[in-house]
Amino acid sequence: MERIKLNTIAHQPQNSLIHYTLHQADNALILGHRNSEWTGHGPVLEQDIAISNIALDLVGQARNFYQYAALQINESMHHDATVDEGRAEITEDSLAYLRDVREFKNCLLTEQENGDWAKTVLRQFFFSQFQYLLYGSLSQSRDKDLSAISEKALKEVTYHLRWSSEWVIRLGDGTGESRRRILIAFDELWKFTSELFIPASYELVVAAEGLGVNPVTLKPSWMKNVSMVFEEAGILDALSQGIEEGWVGLCGKEGNHTEHLGYILAQLQFLQRAYPDCNW
Amino acid sequence: MPIIQEREKDGIGWPLWEVFIRSKQGLDHKHAGSLHAADAQMAMENARDVYTRRMEGVSIWVVESKYIHASNPDDASSLYDPANDKAYRHPTFYQLPDELKNM
Repeated sequence: MERIKLNTIAHQPQNSLIHYTLHQADNALILGHRNSEWTGHGPVLEQDIAISNIALDLVGQARNFYQYAALQINESMHHDATVDEGRAEITEDSLAYLRDVREFKNCLLTEQENGDWAKTVLRQFFFSQFQYLLYGSLSQSRDKDLSAISEKALKEVTYHLRWSSEWVIRLGDGTGESRRRILIAFDELWKFTSELFIPASYELVVAAEGLGVNPVTLKPSWMKNVSMVFEEAGILDALSQGIEEGWVGLCGKEGNHTEHLGYILAQLQFLQRAYPDCNW
Repeated sequence: MPIIQEREKDGIGWPLWEVFIRSKQGLDHKHAGSLHAADAQMAMENARDVYTRRMEGVSIWVVESKYIHASNPDDASSLYDPANDKAYRHPTFYQLPDELKNM
């Protein structure tokens, strides 16, 4: 209980940059973990390696954001007289392994199940398209750390976007079976894309300060880029139908998740929960 | 030839490609290995993911394996053995001036 409490950061405006940093970290970690579930199970050796590489890139991005978040948390606690002097330092590991479901701020899209190859590819495409615009914009942040992390990650995401776009086109414009599968994946995932663009309270604060990005500003470009790939894939009709359907609103960013995240954390955190502080 | 044709049949029905990588220091593309891909673009991306993940290269060539014509191992004696006793083909009999450092 004590440990969880240490990692709980109050939802106050002055903590917005911490929440924002954790939000980026959680997105990268959870999607990276999902992709890593393919390792050893990819449809062919070459694509097994490709998706594992993407998983590694994302976990690497998560580490950078977690390290920066830990730094901010430790600094803010240092200035807080009510916090015990002898408390343990927050680290990237404690943030990843010792926070509970409700404290994770990843978007619902990233925690959705892998499903078949089409669903994994489409989830990656939607999110890479978003990260591409986000990191591009965030690399202009007044915050030097966020700017540097984003600039480095942008190169990786540019490749993820190229890889996933290529697969969406291949499947949409491939055989009847591959087209059927990408359309099913679209039905399952589309409703989770709206959350990407609805700003959480902490996003509004950091955007106003020029430290972060208000995601609603990314939406027109995202729509345009997704449409271009969908057109090439021959599945643009699905997109125009999907837009009229009901969307899931803001949830994950504020800590309200689908049932999937609990299972992910059970697997991800088991070792540290069962054997605290163990390492090898 | 027969070896390459045989390899093309394995895997998942995607053709086999040979990958050549040029390293940062190297001037020439060297054979790195092979992989399966549906077309040239996928072969290029697969090559990037499979053969350059430890910073091996700055340039990639891919070519479908079926376009590579290999010599027959059975012909080895007639192709290569005759060169064995023709040492005069190596330019080792010249006196090099001392100023010449890299030769």
